[in-house]
Amino acid sequence: MSDKNELTTTQTKEVQPAAEQKRLEQVVRPPVDIFEDESGITVHADMPGVSKERLNVKVEGDTLSIEGTVDIPMPENMEPLYAEVRATRYERSFTLSPEMDVDKVEASLKNGVLTLRIPKREEHKPKKIEVKVG
Amino acid sequence: MFGFPGFDRTIFDDLLRFQREMESLFGGPLTTAIRSMGPEAYPAVNVGTTPEEVDVYLFAPGVDPTTLDISLQNNVLTVAGERRVIREEGASYYRKERFDGEFRRVLTLPEDVDPDRVDATYNDGVLHIRIERKESSKPKQIKVN
Repeated sequence: MSDKNELTTTQTKEVQPAAEQKRLEQVVRPPVDIFEDESGITVHADMPGVSKERLNVKVEGDTLSIEGTVDIPMPENMEPLYAEVRATRYERSFTLSPEMDVDKVEASLKNGVLTLRIPKREEHKPKKIEVKVG
Repeated sequence: MFGFPGFDRTIFDDLLRFQREMESLFGGPLTTAIRSMGPEAYPAVNVGTTPEEVDVYLFAPGVDPTTLDISLQNNVLTVAGERRVIREEGASYYRKERFDGEFRRVLTLPEDVDPDRVDATYNDGVLHIRIERKESSKPKQIKVN
């Protein structure tokens, strides 16, 4: 296993809630991109149909969870003809590692894409180590 | 999502569940609509109808709606576009699950849609295309004198 994969498993391990199986029919796991740079980790999640008011991002202990409810105005007497999307909720959570600064998580939502920025604590940002030549 | 009123518990659900069970048994449906796409399609599509109109919802997060190419020829709707995910250089990626690239979806709608009366809006990553039905096919109330 490469170093990168090791990092993934320690830093953003996904939490599989026990009750997930039961709700599988209505809940969608939003697809995500996750990357890390020197100052922190960024998560992009596709959550179309979710407005700012219906988005909930929270950190409890070391678990970061994102959830949102789809709300699209529709005619009342509409009948479904064809549906690829049937769930009305998005849910996904990740466990964070201790060097992430959970108090400084920033979230923004644009055109159905959620962006989360999780910075590393100052003391964990990489420092260049000078090699002295004797 | 068609879990909104009427969409979550229809007879379609039972049929679909049965169909899915059959699919999972045999590793995929033997017959699918020629233009249908797998469950991971981008953008995913829902279509609903009322006696007055046909409503198409495309779940297309993160696109610039002005770059979308939407056309309706008789009752065949085509939506084409592109979503480019900007990758950060020098960063280590742990997951790349989001769609990146060009897309085209083609849908056959009910035959009585009126190609001259269409409007499209884009909100929270959902493109809603509303097409009215032709006057002649709308239900009419008949009064008894």
